[in-house]
Amino acid sequence: MQSTTASVGIQEIKPLDQLLEKIADHKGCGTSSEGGKASCGSSGGPADMAPEVWEKVKNHPCYSEEAHHHYARMHVAVAPACNIQCNYCNRKYDCANESRPGVVSEKLTPEQASKKVLAVASAIPQMTVLGIAGPGDPLANPAKTFKTFELIAKTAPDIKLCLSTNGLALPDHVDTIKGFNVDHVTITINMVDPEVGQHIYPWIFWKNKRVTGIEAARILTERQMLGLEMLTAAGVLCKINSVMIPGINDKHLVEVNKAVKSRGAFLHNIMPLISAPEHGTVFGLNGQRGPTAQELKALQDSCEGDMNMMRHCRQCRADAVGLLGEDRSAEFTTEKIDEMSEVVYDAATRKAYQELVEAERNEKVAAKEAAMADLDVTDIKILIAVATKGQGRVNEHFGHATEFQIYEVGSAGTKFVGHRRVDLYCQGGFGEEEALPSVVNAINDCHAVFVAKIGGCPRDELKAAGIDPVDRFAHEFIEESAITYFKEYFAKVCAREIVHQVRGDADIRQGAYIAAA
Amino acid sequence: MAYKIIASQCTGCSACEPECPNVAIREKNGTFIIDPKKCTECMGHFDDPQCVAVCPVDLTCIIDNAYPRYEVPA
Repeated sequence: MQSTTASVGIQEIKPLDQLLEKIADHKGCGTSSEGGKASCGSSGGPADMAPEVWEKVKNHPCYSEEAHHHYARMHVAVAPACNIQCNYCNRKYDCANESRPGVVSEKLTPEQASKKVLAVASAIPQMTVLGIAGPGDPLANPAKTFKTFELIAKTAPDIKLCLSTNGLALPDHVDTIKGFNVDHVTITINMVDPEVGQHIYPWIFWKNKRVTGIEAARILTERQMLGLEMLTAAGVLCKINSVMIPGINDKHLVEVNKAVKSRGAFLHNIMPLISAPEHGTVFGLNGQRGPTAQELKALQDSCEGDMNMMRHCRQCRADAVGLLGEDRSAEFTTEKIDEMSEVVYDAATRKAYQELVEAERNEKVAAKEAAMADLDVTDIKILIAVATKGQGRVNEHFGHATEFQIYEVGSAGTKFVGHRRVDLYCQGGFGEEEALPSVVNAINDCHAVFVAKIGGCPRDELKAAGIDPVDRFAHEFIEESAITYFKEYFAKVCAREIVHQVRGDADIRQGAYIAAA
Repeated sequence: MAYKIIASQCTGCSACEPECPNVAIREKNGTFIIDPKKCTECMGHFDDPQCVAVCPVDLTCIIDNAYPRYEVPA
């Protein structure tokens, strides 16, 4: 893990292609034997990666798709200031992927944040990760960010610390990050070409000046690349977040993927642009659309040959608490935390609980492998939507699901390829007829939907839309069930009982990604 | 003599506070205020007023016409 470029000034950074040739392929996650495809970040287990890397990611829901069914994270909003402006972000309003002081969430002092972490860790024993993700940029608030880390490292040393940044200030803080044993850093990188970047970033605050246009994007990309190289040289796992903006950087993200892979990034997370007009962002107001589900998947698939792709990101807020896809932050408001006199950190209970989780994980892997044993070879692949509350099981009612997890199944087994937010179908015990079309639109590219239970009405309507509602795998493991379903599906295709057809596209839900329940 | 912050526009993000070379900015009731007695419009420190340059909401840090423009002491 050596980088000869880690300590050079930004003026000396070599052109991209030279670097690509020089350090290509020797860093980051190893490629697996299966067709050269690396999958450790997205869905792999110990077989895909070096033991020391698995050790770092196995309990981190944002770095391991497998872990995200079992482990929870929390963000503390101690970092409100930002040093750049992005066209998909609006600090004035509480926008979809933002929390901002004063509206629905509260900013915390490092002391409040530390107490909140202890309270959450005691209430949610599977909470293993504490991230600082804003609502501004953690490294534009270095004193608050690192004070928070210091306090938590003292009282709850088993909790992993991580942060996410736009990268502008990153090179200045790599030593401090390393000093706090922060093992995971996420950098949001939307471009490596300033020509593209000028359409995403209106300005940056750099050396006491507001810098605009192509110059702003040039400085930002140089700082991001330098920071990434320094982090990987220091042995910190780096995840790259990229926002897919159709017509602006969608095709360019393939270049971004190559650039970050060559600099040792561990995982690439390409997320859809969220841009509803009511968010008041530049993109929201000028009608810039986000990608469809299949456009996003196609881009993720095209990058996957080069690198591990993250597909389970929920674009969560800077104050989110809980498993990815759920938000329990309302249970832990500052008011409630302040009322707690003394929070006792219960390390023993947490350890016992996490041992149980490990046992169940092993059971799940064994069940999947057993089911894989007699899979036929075919090019046919189908998508299955799953209603789940976690633990890797089909354990949510159709009407209670606020999201569906999407698995692709074929003769290579199962692959988690995404999730779709939906409006709650069932409210107060009655199915909402109006909500069903939006659910169908969200999973329209799937052949089947696995649920723990489903009512008669939605069952018929799903069938009419060509989606098979399946409740016979209730409370079983998702992947084992998906493989079983696929075997039966394929047998029917072979027996000419059904004709396999590729399904259409699906919508990515816009609007605030805030749990309604 | 001074800049002021329009409270209804301020998001309370605190970005301006550490940038002020005169330590003239502080939090008050969730938003930030500039002490007009300390503000020098950044003259003698930087080319641009720092609070204006870093503020994420345009037209939030503006010249306060209630005060005469700051003049660098001779």
